[in-house]
Amino acid sequence: MQHDEVIWQVIRHKHCSYMAKIETGIFCRNPYNVTGICNRSSCPLANSRYATIREHESVFYLYMKTIERAHMPKNLWERVKLPRNYEKALETIDKHLLYWPKLLQHKIKQRLTKMTQMRIRMRKLALKTREKIMTTPRRDKKRESRREEKAIKAAVLDKAIETELLERLKKGIYGDIYNYPELEWNKVLDEEKQVAEGVEEQEEEEPEIEYVEGYEELEEEEDMEDFSGFPSNGSGFDDDDELDSGDEEEDDDVEEQVVIHKKGKRDSRKADDVGKSKKKKRVVVEVEQEDGDVRQTLKTAH
Amino acid sequence: MGFKRKKGDGDGEEMESEVRGRPSFNTAERRNVILPSMIKNKDKRAKVYAKQKHEKKVEKQKKIKARDAAEKQALELGEEPPQKMVPKTIENTREADETVCRPDDEELFADIDADEFNPVLRREVTPKVLITTCRFNSTRGPAFISELQSVIPNSDYRKRGTYDLKKIVEYAKKKDYTSLIVVHTNRREPDALLIIGLPNGPTAHFKLSNLVLRKDIKNHGNPTSHEPELVLNNFTTRLGNRVGRFFQSLFPQEPNFRGRRVVTFHNQRDFIFFRHHRYIFDVKEDKQSGAKGKDGVAKERVKPRLQECGPSFTLKLVTLQHGTFDTKGGEFEWVHKPEMDTSRRRFFL
Repeated sequence: MQHDEVIWQVIRHKHCSYMAKIETGIFCRNPYNVTGICNRSSCPLANSRYATIREHESVFYLYMKTIERAHMPKNLWERVKLPRNYEKALETIDKHLLYWPKLLQHKIKQRLTKMTQMRIRMRKLALKTREKIMTTPRRDKKRESRREEKAIKAAVLDKAIETELLERLKKGIYGDIYNYPELEWNKVLDEEKQVAEGVEEQEEEEPEIEYVEGYEELEEEEDMEDFSGFPSNGSGFDDDDELDSGDEEEDDDVEEQVVIHKKGKRDSRKADDVGKSKKKKRVVVEVEQEDGDVRQTLKTAH
Repeated sequence: MGFKRKKGDGDGEEMESEVRGRPSFNTAERRNVILPSMIKNKDKRAKVYAKQKHEKKVEKQKKIKARDAAEKQALELGEEPPQKMVPKTIENTREADETVCRPDDEELFADIDADEFNPVLRREVTPKVLITTCRFNSTRGPAFISELQSVIPNSDYRKRGTYDLKKIVEYAKKKDYTSLIVVHTNRREPDALLIIGLPNGPTAHFKLSNLVLRKDIKNHGNPTSHEPELVLNNFTTRLGNRVGRFFQSLFPQEPNFRGRRVVTFHNQRDFIFFRHHRYIFDVKEDKQSGAKGKDGVAKERVKPRLQECGPSFTLKLVTLQHGTFDTKGGEFEWVHKPEMDTSRRRFFL
C-alpha cells in the first residue's frame, strides 16, 4: 500500500538523500522533480501520482507515474515524446494530464516553458564563438616565472642596448647628426696601434693589398644581398659607401645585421682569432683612410 | 667473502689509478679523510669544519695568484698569455640548433624575399596598426593600450564590442591595416598579445608578463612622436628571424634619428624583452690602466645614456600560425608544447 503521508514524514524529518539545503532555500536534486524545490507537493517520492518533463538531446519527454504501477518500479514511469512545437506540446500535455490535479498541470506547463526558452538560448550560444579557458599547471607557471627572472639577469639589457647604439654610431649610420671628434681620434689611435702590431707580426702585406682591389667585385655581390634585405657579415662597407644614398636602408640592414653579428662575434672570439682580425684590419684600414681623408679635408676647409 | 674483497680491492685500486693517471696514494688518502659530519662532538666538529674551509680558501687563493702571475709573466715576456678560462653559461652551452641562421644561407634569402613582411619592410607599404582588446574589461588594459599607441606610430584603437575576431580581421583588411594587435586580458590584467599580420600574414600569440607602465617607472621620460629606431637582439634561428621581422613590420622603416627614440626587442632564452628608451650620447673621460696600450692617458669615450620611457614587458611566443587567425582550421608553424621545456639548454628563438 502506498502511504504518501508516511513517506513524506519519514523523508522530511529523518533523511532524504536528494535534499540539498542551501542558504537560499531547500532544494530537491531528484531528476524527476518538477519544480526542483523540496516540497510536500513537489516530492516525486511522496506523491504516487506525479508527472515531469525531462529532456534528452534537446527532445522533451513527458514522464508520468500512477499508483497502479507503484509496485513495478521498472515500469513506473510512462514516457511520452512531446512535439517540437510549443503549442502542440501544450496540447499534448493537456490531453495526457486531463483529470490530474490543477497544480501539477500548471507546474508542468511552467517547466515546459522554461525548458523551451533554455533550448533556444543554448542553440543561439552554440553558434557564437566562445573563448575556451586553457589552464596550465601551477608547476609550469612557476617555472616560467623563475626562468624569466634568470633570463632578465642574464640579459643585461641596458648594457646590450647601449653597446648596440654605440656600434651604430661608430658605423656611421647616424650620419652627420652627431659630431664626436673624440670617437674618430680614438678609432684612429686604436687602428694605428693595430696596424703597428700587424706589421710586426707579418711582413706579407703586399699580397694582401691585391685583395683590396678585388673587393670591388665583392662589394657588388654585397649590393645584391642588400636588396634581398639580408646582409652578410661584410656589409660594413655598404654602410660607408652608400651613406648618402640612404640611412634608411642601412637601418633596415643593420637591424638585421644584429641578428647575425652577435653570433659571428662570439665565434670569432673563440676560433680563428688571427684570421678574423687580419680581415678586420684590412677592412678597417680601408675605411679609416677614406674617412681620415674626408675628415681632414673638412677640417682644412674650416 | 672478505678474502675475495681484498683481492678485488687491490686490483680495483691499481686499475683506477692507472686509468686515471693519479698516484695511488690519493685513493688511500681519500679513505683517511674524515668528514666533519661524522664527528659527534659539536665543538670538535665545528673546529674541524672551520679548518677545512680555511684550507680550501687558502688553496683557491693560491691558484688564483698562480694564474695571475703566469699571465703577467707571459705578458712581460711578450708571449701569449695562457688561455683565459671562460665560465660556462646557459647561452654558451646552448643545445646546437640546426635552424640557426647562417650568413651565407641562400635558402634564407629566398624565404625572406617571399615572405609576408616584404611589402612593409621594403617600404612599399607604410605600416598601419589596429589595436583592440578582448571582450572582458581589465584594470590596466586601457592604460597599456594608450602607451602602446604612443610607442607604435600610426596606430588606432577600437573598442572590442562583441565582434568575432575573424570579422574584425576582415574589417581591418578592408580598411587597409597592415597589422592587428589584440590585447588579451585574464583576471583583469593584460595577459597575452595576439599580433595578426594582414592581409594574409602570420598570427603570433604571445604570453605577456611583467608589465610595467610608464607611470610606475622611476625617472621616466616622455616619448615624442618621432619614428623610433628598432633594435632586435639575439633572434638567431629561422623562427627567431621570422618573429624579428614580424616586429619590424609593425614599425615604419624610416627611423628619425633626430628623435633619439629606440625600441628594443631583446630575445634571451626565448623571452622577448620589450623596452622603450630615449638615448643621448655623452662624452666621458675614461682612464685606462695601461692594460690595453702604453698610453695610460685619460681617453675620452663616447657613451650612450638611456632614459626609459613607455611600457616595459616580457613576451613569450606561444604559437605562430601561418595565415590569419583561425584556431581550428589554421596551419600552425610553431606551437609551444610542455615537452619542449624539458631541456634547460634548448631554445627556439
